[in-house]
Amino acid sequence: MQTTLLSLLIWLPIVGGFLVMALGARVAAARWLALLISVVTLALCVPLYAGFDGSTAAFQFQQNLPWIPAFNARYSIGVDGIALPLIILTAFITVPVIIAAWTSVTKRVAQYYAAFLIMEGLMIGVFSAMDALLFYFFWEAMLIPMFLIIGIWGGPRRIYATIKFFLYTFLGSVFMLVALVYMYLQTQDYSIAALQAMPLTLEEQKWIFLAFFAAFAVKVPMWPVHTWLPDAHVEAPTGGSVVLAAIMLKMGGYGLLRFALPIAPDAGRELDGFVITLSLIAVVYIGFVALVQQDMKKLIAYSSIAHMGFVTLGAVLAYDIVGATGSPAGAGMGLDGAMVQMISHGLISGAMFLCVGVMYDRVHSREISAYGGVINKMPIFGAFMVLFSMANSGLPGTSGFVGEFLVVLAAFKANFWYAALAATTLILGAAYTLWLVKRVIFGKVGNHHVAEMKDVDGREFLVLGVLAVSVVLLGVWPAPLLDMMRGSIEHLTQMILATKL
Amino acid sequence: MTFTTNEIWLALPEIYLTTALCVVLLFDLFFATKNPGRTATLTLLVLVVGAVLASRQVIADRQVILGGMYVADRLSSLLKTGAFLFTAMALFYSRDYLARRGIQKGEYYVLSLTALLGVLVLASAANMVTLYVGVELLSLSLYALVAFDRDSGVAAEAAMKYFVLGAIASGTLLYGMSILYGMTGTLDLGALTARLGDSPGLGFTLAIAFIVSAIAFKFGAVPFHMWVPDVYQGAPTASAMMVATVPKLASFAMAFRFLAEGLMAQTPQWSQMLAILATVSVIAGNLIAIAQTSLLRMLAYSAIANVGFILFGFVAGSGAGFSSALYYTIAYVLMTLAAFAIVLISSRDGCEATELDHFKGLHQRDPLLAGAMAAVMFSTAGVPPFVGFWAKLQIIQALLASGHLTLALIAVVASVVGAFYYLRVVWLMYFEAPAEQPPLGKAPGMRLVLAINALAVLALGIMPEQLLALCRQVIPGG
Repeated sequence: MQTTLLSLLIWLPIVGGFLVMALGARVAAARWLALLISVVTLALCVPLYAGFDGSTAAFQFQQNLPWIPAFNARYSIGVDGIALPLIILTAFITVPVIIAAWTSVTKRVAQYYAAFLIMEGLMIGVFSAMDALLFYFFWEAMLIPMFLIIGIWGGPRRIYATIKFFLYTFLGSVFMLVALVYMYLQTQDYSIAALQAMPLTLEEQKWIFLAFFAAFAVKVPMWPVHTWLPDAHVEAPTGGSVVLAAIMLKMGGYGLLRFALPIAPDAGRELDGFVITLSLIAVVYIGFVALVQQDMKKLIAYSSIAHMGFVTLGAVLAYDIVGATGSPAGAGMGLDGAMVQMISHGLISGAMFLCVGVMYDRVHSREISAYGGVINKMPIFGAFMVLFSMANSGLPGTSGFVGEFLVVLAAFKANFWYAALAATTLILGAAYTLWLVKRVIFGKVGNHHVAEMKDVDGREFLVLGVLAVSVVLLGVWPAPLLDMMRGSIEHLTQMILATKL
Repeated sequence: MTFTTNEIWLALPEIYLTTALCVVLLFDLFFATKNPGRTATLTLLVLVVGAVLASRQVIADRQVILGGMYVADRLSSLLKTGAFLFTAMALFYSRDYLARRGIQKGEYYVLSLTALLGVLVLASAANMVTLYVGVELLSLSLYALVAFDRDSGVAAEAAMKYFVLGAIASGTLLYGMSILYGMTGTLDLGALTARLGDSPGLGFTLAIAFIVSAIAFKFGAVPFHMWVPDVYQGAPTASAMMVATVPKLASFAMAFRFLAEGLMAQTPQWSQMLAILATVSVIAGNLIAIAQTSLLRMLAYSAIANVGFILFGFVAGSGAGFSSALYYTIAYVLMTLAAFAIVLISSRDGCEATELDHFKGLHQRDPLLAGAMAAVMFSTAGVPPFVGFWAKLQIIQALLASGHLTLALIAVVASVVGAFYYLRVVWLMYFEAPAEQPPLGKAPGMRLVLAINALAVLALGIMPEQLLALCRQVIPGG
């Protein structure tokens, strides 16, 4: 069955983005059109969600057209339980990004909105591609708008940051490309299903796994290839940081789940210790690094790396769970946790960056020391910031808790020490986030800039309010999300526990 | 020697071009003395008609005609169509530039046409003599084009350098050919393999070394690349564009006819040499390009790096490899034409926009030019959704398919290094504030063609199938 719903989700924002760009100097029109397009795109997710059957692992809403017969590459798109939540997240996050820029972006406005819309379409394309070449096409194309967003609307060191961002990601990606081509030459087929099904020797799997890992570890990012992220986050405009943290980082996790593990499951089993070690370093070491940051955005960036460590940890725990308990039952818990953590981190980190953006618009500083006692002047904003910070440190009742809890639980099943180290995040996360809140939000009014701050306006309230509701909702009632993923996670667990040898 | 009508029909592009060339020469002499623009218009007309003519040739099978001197196949038809078309674009882009510099003379167009004739002859060479005639026809015309601005010292210097080095390269080519002739007693490219036998020995290695060097020189591969940056920078930019674009098709044809067709059985010998040249080219080209402050010199080193990629296609030594090299060449010429067109449009009287700094803030001064340039830069860097991505992907596929994993890895890592300097152009155009500079010219016609050119770079990137399939069909085993 062919449906065009997904194609619409991909191409509406892209084509719409070019229309917005064409509006040029008509700023107001560009704003409203961009908002309209992003809202319509989000609305298109409703039938997608309503019509989705989470009990099966099959790809739904498929569309399959010939694209490049010479390579046997097809324009084939579809969603399963792993892609769907991320697509909805993408469409959902873009709306607040566009609203948040309403008054704070004054330079090349139409192009700003156009870049975000085009990127939205490309990101949805990444998540819905069922053909590896199509995936790579969207994956790389997405670098261009982000490169421009950081470079044009970024801070003082934006050029350094954006070039670093581009080159890091590009370097990781080309190894993935070589791996894809290598496999294509054996299967003569670029469809992801064919790559997942192809037999590979352990030697081949290891190299392929490492090639994918190079691409995805940079994107996640994992220690020690994370250094581009703090730079990019600090220099990017608020919207850029939000999209980067909320969605782009998820692509690394998504890639691990879609490519690296199912295609090279035996290599995953061999190398899981390596991945777990890097993930735990990210959780513990980067947690300490976050603690000493002076810059709010940098602090949140490091906290993102630590939180994404849970995603990569959860993704590879299945092997150890089976090793420790001897049965595949419950092996999917780590994967569940990884997925929930991705969605939740998308919402929370997005919200945190938006909060910083709200303060930055008023004081024009990201330094923690430039603030103090903000709650005295901005009580509503203070409440939001505290809520998101609690979520960031994993308070039960917020979405941040669910993902981390699932992963820690899965880690316990695998190995006590994994869990013990992972659980330090509950202390470290609370430490760096709450200390940030203490220094910025509470206390006496720090200086005259803070004294002049006005509380959030209706627009900012709307943006933060919607995110706050979803963070709490996902925290107290994660069942819809877990149901959506059930079939796919089960299938994925089987795939990565099966052997190709 | 007798001719059949069929043979005349097959060789029609060359016959037509030679005739047209004489017509243009005479026309210029009698009807365009006051207004050289007329010659330009006529030349463009000639080229467009030629492109139609070459593309209309339906050649089902490979046919060797004119006493074994000339081959007509689908590849030659495609190369000729491309050569006509790209020459037309190059001359169209150069028109205003030449007029402003006061070097818009009929001879410029005539020399461009003779250069084109050399490309056509090379595309159909079936004999070493034909090949050599093509090479010399092309090269001599290009030397003259580089020196066309006779009052310019740097142009004269560049032309001199190009000529001396080029003459040495032609000498090596002849030397290699003569050794081959001595060993086999034939100049026929089709008969070489059979007469060389299984173990041709040291003499053959020597001959191959000479021939590969000559081909590498014409391509501009390291270590025979010295002339490239100097010609790009020293020559009038319009001439540099002629040197940088259409002759790449000729170099491809030369390498394909000589190595891939003539010496197919000896692939291991020449592909090893090419592998070294290609590797050194992608590494050196990309690294040295980073250090450039002149856009033209940067493009020159970028050309050297891209030539390395084209040679990688030959290294693969398979039909797939040759067709990917062909695709790469066509894509590269298309992108380079757009890049040079932007330089030409940006150049004013007394201000050649050849330095990277001239492009600072171009986006605010001229969004169309900046957009087209950004598309070309991302494309050359190999980022989808542009045509350059498929070119690089195909080369990597061909390398992996022939078991050259290390070379493929070198190629992709070098292209990441290369991405830096392409990104720097985008950064200058989009992230920097414009320096004080006069407004850019209108040139509506040129802008239209440039827009189409840039859109083609994008469209061929989104829908690459047509050109991919074409490049595979014209090469046996592609």
